[in-house]
This record gives sequence, C-alpha cells and structure tokens, in this order.
Amino acid sequence: MTEITPATLRHIERPPRPSALSNALTFGWRAVLKFRHVPEQLFDLIMTPLMFTLLFTFVFGGALAGSTRDYLQFFLPGILVQTVAFNAVYSGMGLSTDLRKGLFDRFRSLPIWPLSPFAGLIVGDMLRHLIAGAIILGIGLILGYRPEAGLPGVVAAFLLLLAIGFGIGWVFIVLGLLIRTPTTVMTLGFTVLFPVVFASNIMVQPETMPDWLRAFVDVNPISLMTTAMRGLMAGTSTPGQIALALLAPALLTAILVPVTLCLYRRA
Amino acid sequence: MPEAGSNTVASKIRNDKIPAIRARGLVKHYGNLQAVAGIDLDVSRGTIFAILGPNGAGKTTLMRLLATLTRPDAGAAAVMGYDLRAEPNKVRASIAMTGQFASLDEDLTGRENLVFLARLWGFGRQAARQRADELFAAFELTEARHRQVKDYSGGMRRRLDIAASLIVTPGVLFLDEPTTGLDPSARQRVWRMIRQLAQSGVTVLLTTQYLEEADQLAERIAVIDHGRKIAEGTSRELKAATGSGFLHVTVADPATLDRAAGVLEAQLAAPVQRNPEGARLSVMARTPEAANAALTALVSAGIALEDFAMGSPSLEEVFFALTGGVATQSEDAS
Repeated sequence: MTEITPATLRHIERPPRPSALSNALTFGWRAVLKFRHVPEQLFDLIMTPLMFTLLFTFVFGGALAGSTRDYLQFFLPGILVQTVAFNAVYSGMGLSTDLRKGLFDRFRSLPIWPLSPFAGLIVGDMLRHLIAGAIILGIGLILGYRPEAGLPGVVAAFLLLLAIGFGIGWVFIVLGLLIRTPTTVMTLGFTVLFPVVFASNIMVQPETMPDWLRAFVDVNPISLMTTAMRGLMAGTSTPGQIALALLAPALLTAILVPVTLCLYRRA
Repeated sequence: MPEAGSNTVASKIRNDKIPAIRARGLVKHYGNLQAVAGIDLDVSRGTIFAILGPNGAGKTTLMRLLATLTRPDAGAAAVMGYDLRAEPNKVRASIAMTGQFASLDEDLTGRENLVFLARLWGFGRQAARQRADELFAAFELTEARHRQVKDYSGGMRRRLDIAASLIVTPGVLFLDEPTTGLDPSARQRVWRMIRQLAQSGVTVLLTTQYLEEADQLAERIAVIDHGRKIAEGTSRELKAATGSGFLHVTVADPATLDRAAGVLEAQLAAPVQRNPEGARLSVMARTPEAANAALTALVSAGIALEDFAMGSPSLEEVFFALTGGVATQSEDAS
C-alpha cells in the first residue's frame, strides 16, 4: 500500500494570490461543469416557461387579444421577464444546499475574493437565462412571433434581460444565505414572485383592473421591465423606458451586494 | 500586496518560534447557550493536538472560531502568528479546514473538485491538474478521480476531503471529527495519513468523541465539556488522572446494586458510576490487584456477579473522574 510521500506534501507553497476576476471565473467554471453533470436541471428550466407560453397563448390568447397570434406578439417579451424571475429562485436553492452541506465553510476558510462564490452563481444564472430565453424565443418564432426590431432589437432585449436577471439574482442569493432549507427558499420565493409577476402587465394590459390594483401594476418593476422589453423587441423603446426598467435591478444590486458580503462573513 | 502576502506567510511558517495556535479566553455564545465559555489553548508546531469531548461540548465551535468561520464574542487568538480578528485573510492563507460534513461538490468528479480548489488558490490550469493528480496518487484515489463524488464511499469521501485541504501545505490543518462514521479499516487509513502529515511538519488540530482516537494520534489532548476545558495533557497524564483502569461489574440481581456499590466504594476509595439499566457499576481501580480484592469482597458479601471486566476508562468515565460530576445521565432507578 502506498504511503503519502512527504514529497507530495512538503514545500507546496501558495502560488501568488490570484485576482478577484480569476476567482470569479473559477466559480463560473464550476457552474458550467454543473450543467454538464446535472443535465436534468435543464428540464425544470425549460418546462415551466414552455408550459406558460403554450397555455396562455392557446387557452387565453384568443379571448384576451382576439387571436392567439396577436396575443403571442404581446405576451412573449413578458414571459421572458417572468422566466428570468422564476429561474433566479433555483440559484437561491442551490446556494442554500451548498451552505447546508458545508461546502461554503470550505470557501469561507479560503483566502479568496469574498464575492467570488456569488459571481459563480450569477454566471450559472446568466447561462440559465440565456438557454431558457433562447428556447422561448425559438418556440415563439415557430408559433408566429415576429420581433419588429429584428436581430438588433432581440440582442438588445436579451442584454436587458440579463441585467434584470443579475438584479433579481441578488434577492435570491440573500434568501439562500438566510434560509437553510432549500425547499423553503423555493416556497418563499414563489410566494413573493407570483403576486408580483401576475399583478403586472405581462399577461394583460391593466386597463380593466380596479384602480388600486392598476396603481400598483403601473409602478410594479416587473411591468416597467416588460414595457421596456416589448419596446426593444418592437423597436419602439425610449431611453426613459429602459432607464425605468434598469432602476430596480440597479437598486437591488447596490443594496443587496453589501448585505450579501455581510451575511457571508457573519458568524 | 499579493507578493508581500505570500512571502510573509512562507517566512512565518518557517519561523518555528511562533506557536501554531495561541488562544486566550475565547468565548462564543449562541443566544443563551455558551458554546465556548472561555478557552485557552496553546498548540506547538508540527504536533497533533486533539480536542476531546462529547456531542455539544463546543468542539466544533472552537474549531470554527480558530478557522475564521465564526467570530469570537470575547477573547483573542493567533494562528500561525496572525491575529484572528486583525488579519483573518492571513490566517486563512495558512490554514486548511476539513469540516464534519464533506465539504465537496457532490455533482462534480473528484478531480474537478480538487482542480477547482487549486485554481482558487491561484494555480494555473496545468499546475492545478498536476497538483490534483499528485494528491489522488498520495491518497490512493487515482482510480476514482473521474467519478462524481456522490458515488464515493464514506472513507473515500473523507480522504478526498482531507486531500482537498492539502492543495497548499497548510501551517495548521483543522480536522473536525475526521473518522466519525467510518468503518475500522477506513479509520486506520485516515489515522495513518494524519500521522504522516504531522511527520511532514503540518500541525494538526482535530476534534474527536473517541478517547481511543485521541490516544492513538495526539501528543496532547484537551478535554472539553460545556464549552470549558476541564483537562489538558498528554494521553498518559490524563490516564494517570483518571486511573489506569476501570473495573466494570454486572450484578446478577439488580436489587443488590446499591449494596454492591457500597462495597466497591469502600474497597477502592473511588466514586462509583451506576448504570441501573444494565445493573452495571463502573469504578476506577488503580491496579489489577486492587480490582481483584474488590471482587473478592463482593463475593464474600454474598453478591452474585453476572459479569466483570477490567477496561480502560470510557470517555464518560474520564469525565467522571476529571470533574467528579456525572457526564452521562444516570438517574437512580429505585
């Protein structure tokens, strides 16, 4: 039986300290590996938005917009926002799982950039958002959705989508750090997200809603994001709309990144 | 700053005069619970130091404090000469910690786990792979390196977990209950590895619930209970304090338990621990001759015995002898 040879143990000095970017990319690499090893997660990722797109388009589409094709034209940019919001829940669950298993204790005992584990989660999120977004857009195109602004509009819309995902991601990182049960993260996440997503202009225009609800829908950040997404894909967006859509993600990032750091280092 | 950081770490590791760990009055509360209630600790370089105690004694909390995972509420400590509060990142650069629960990503392969950690330490892609493969060879895991960690056995996981702590040779290696849940052969293997590590100059601080483990491995042992250190010394010193051996007797008739306890106490001049469920008594006996005399006295008193044995003190008995209190809950059944 071989022994641990002291040669493999002695004199392994620490290499020069890597940059924060290098640490973050290493965590990103782990997120990519996870995709390779756990392809099942793609199923969750794809089925929910796919079901929503098909059900809403074919069940409610005719009644809500006159024809399924008109409804799809209205609904598709919104379902992208909804998908990004829902998918963010999964990275919160993943974080909660890592914390439970003690993996985070190892990270915390390493001399690394403290935000890098979260940067890795964000990289995973971005990949998920891109994959899910591409699938929804693909289905939409097959069913007859046509982005008037063409490819540049779609690219711009997807960039906005990633910014939205980035902002919302921090909410679930904080929840993942606070709650040690992954399923509670999911339940709580959806409890908060469902009203915010449904009481928005994703599925219908708010004209027929009661005044109090409409007042909320008009200022709901999800509505502001959806309006900007529609504008970008239709080629009718204004800088004001985009700025409003970015307001919530920017605020969330500015507030929650320090909170994340504090929770990461806390006892 | 990066260069300066790594140089000072290297030079401090070579400076043997600074103790590996020096803690004074460490305190940590969780709500009303005082998990660590003022502990002093001195661990010299290149030694194996065991923290022995039952579940909930504060072993893990103490280790987490020293590994910068938890901030102390009071007290101070330096690890490899770096103050926990003032220079936590320098402490982190000179330690490694293997927690009680496998701190590995189960979805990744063993090799991906080690390469990932090596990249975080700053190894280049090629160097990281090379280091991972060296560790796999040293820990006899080469054949399993391309398997996902969730398919590893408990013993393999532990070995990989320890290997993951050795990517850069740490000044102090923290091992939280390194052999809990392992079968005897896996346990022997982990023990052998820990000994070899210490020979190569790594200071090892480990926690354990097993007296035998502390006895086998550690040069010094600190016994802690309820967040306090109740004894410290070499294994031999602790045993001297608790008596070289324990006499365990089981009486045939539980009704004679009290009488038997009285005889033993008078004969051996030591407090008797009762375990009413098994009609079993345990008492410190300094020599086999003394134990023999006590057994004879029991027989002459007309107390029938079902079984008797001389054994080394169990952890409970060590506590009993050290604190004079009762570590295990042993209510009188009568």
